[in-house]
Amino acid sequence: MKHIEATMAGTVLNILVQEGDSVKAGDTVALLESMKMEIPIESNVDGVVSEIKAGSGDFVNEGDVLIVLD
Amino acid sequence: MTKMLEDQLVEAVRKIEAGGAEKYHQKLKENHKLFVRERLRLLFDDGAYKTEDGRFANFEAGNLPADGVVCAIGQVNGQTVCVMANDSTVKAGSWGARTVEKIIRIQETAQKLKVPMIYLVDSAGARITDQLEMFPNRRGAGRIFYNQVKMSGMVPQICVLFGPSAAGGAYIPAFCDIVIMVEGNASMYLGSPRMAEKVIGEKVSLEEMGGARMHCTVSGCGDVLVQTEEEAIQSARKYLSYFPSHYQNKPVKTSGKLPKEGRKISEIVPEHQNAPFDMYELIDALVDEGSFFEVKKLFASELITGLARIDGRVIGIIANQPKAKGGVLFVDSADKGAKFIQLCDAFNIPLLFLADVPGFMVGTKVERAGIIRHGAKMIAAVSEATVPKISVIIRKAYGAGLYAMAGPAFEPDCCIALPTAQIAVMGPEAAVNAVYSNKIQEITDPKERVRFVQEKQKEYKETIDIYKLASELIVDDIVSGDELRNVLIDRFAMYESKDMRFSERKHPVYPV
Repeated sequence: MKHIEATMAGTVLNILVQEGDSVKAGDTVALLESMKMEIPIESNVDGVVSEIKAGSGDFVNEGDVLIVLD
Repeated sequence: MTKMLEDQLVEAVRKIEAGGAEKYHQKLKENHKLFVRERLRLLFDDGAYKTEDGRFANFEAGNLPADGVVCAIGQVNGQTVCVMANDSTVKAGSWGARTVEKIIRIQETAQKLKVPMIYLVDSAGARITDQLEMFPNRRGAGRIFYNQVKMSGMVPQICVLFGPSAAGGAYIPAFCDIVIMVEGNASMYLGSPRMAEKVIGEKVSLEEMGGARMHCTVSGCGDVLVQTEEEAIQSARKYLSYFPSHYQNKPVKTSGKLPKEGRKISEIVPEHQNAPFDMYELIDALVDEGSFFEVKKLFASELITGLARIDGRVIGIIANQPKAKGGVLFVDSADKGAKFIQLCDAFNIPLLFLADVPGFMVGTKVERAGIIRHGAKMIAAVSEATVPKISVIIRKAYGAGLYAMAGPAFEPDCCIALPTAQIAVMGPEAAVNAVYSNKIQEITDPKERVRFVQEKQKEYKETIDIYKLASELIVDDIVSGDELRNVLIDRFAMYESKDMRFSERKHPVYPV
């Protein structure tokens, strides 16, 4: 199972995909806010979103799983 | 009679140059690896290496041609270099007493000639059976690393890893300026997976333990990840083209090229401080097309470090990448910056800082990892660098981020700002929260609260307005992004004769 992790500690601004969406490596799939910056989170792999693990406003640490892909 | 002796010599040389047994050559092919002498032919100009010493090392053993290492002097881009190259067809490239002596001697030669030293590594490590002769003595393996430390900053030292670099041997790449690794074949580790399982009970693959990709993305021990041996050698040749032979010379200036065609800098940089953009696009708009050689591309990508040419002149670029982790400095990016700055300063390569940095990361995770100590390394390296250095404030430069990116206090030859620049202890949002936190809490009406915060942010922005900073002589000039390349070309040319010493002493107490 593949997953997409937070690249740094911060607050989730927005998850840009929904369950069932196809994503490609390089697609921006979520936005975090950290250090007052918008942090785009890109997928490293191709896949289909099977689960979303975090929502807007959640604090996430570096390495936390945001999205699970099939 | 003489004819017989001549023939005997020809035959002996043929055997030595053929390396180890046929089955090991076969194994090289299976692993998409090249024979050591083929690697050398690819490395040197015109495929020629004119000088080799110790060819007959361990000749009497009969089955250890050159004792498993080829030590040669040749030319790369017209520049003389010394090379040691392991032969993995001879006892897996392991080190015997003469192998070690040969490596020490070629290092001594590089020091005497003041030329770059290149290590083409593919070795299983020490020959345990020979340990008394090759390990602990004055001219044992330890001396190789001692020499590397002594040569560091005197001549460029480059490591290309084609295979394993195991146990003590793993310190060869560690002491080099740059390590180029071939994915799938190259590895570095102190203890092999087999040893790890024996002594600590960990079960792990070689790739996880010390593979090329791991070292180039996670540990930072590798600098350039390549797919083939040919690419690895081309990469080493290109890297060398940016360097002088030794620390008393300057890099060679070539005729310049125009930058890659693309958007103008004024179009690339967003006005809004918090929005991400791709710093690579800005670098492309500044440097000669095709001249950017990136170091540690896959490691700590929030800070970009690389060599480039600007109108033919070699420079080292240190740039924050807002697209990765917001361009915030972390433990790894601070280390990456520190080493790259030291590399350029050692070999008279002028430095260009492109700052767009929200500061150093905060939070328990980084404090526990010692971000203050790591950040101090980068700030120390910036302070000590005496080569021409230009600090360009692209957008924000907040807090100690300004210091790490060669802000005004760190003796840059100039600190210039784009119209989008913003220099402050912290950004307006954070500053207003910090100063008026209690007052904001006291306002119960949400609308009134927003109005108050916006008003205070506006006032704050006025105090850090870039024209105000220029008026106070904090920045030396404000220039348009679209003029930046020409401004840099002129300024680096003017700073060419810079000659200064940082401090009189033995050496600093490094904040490591």
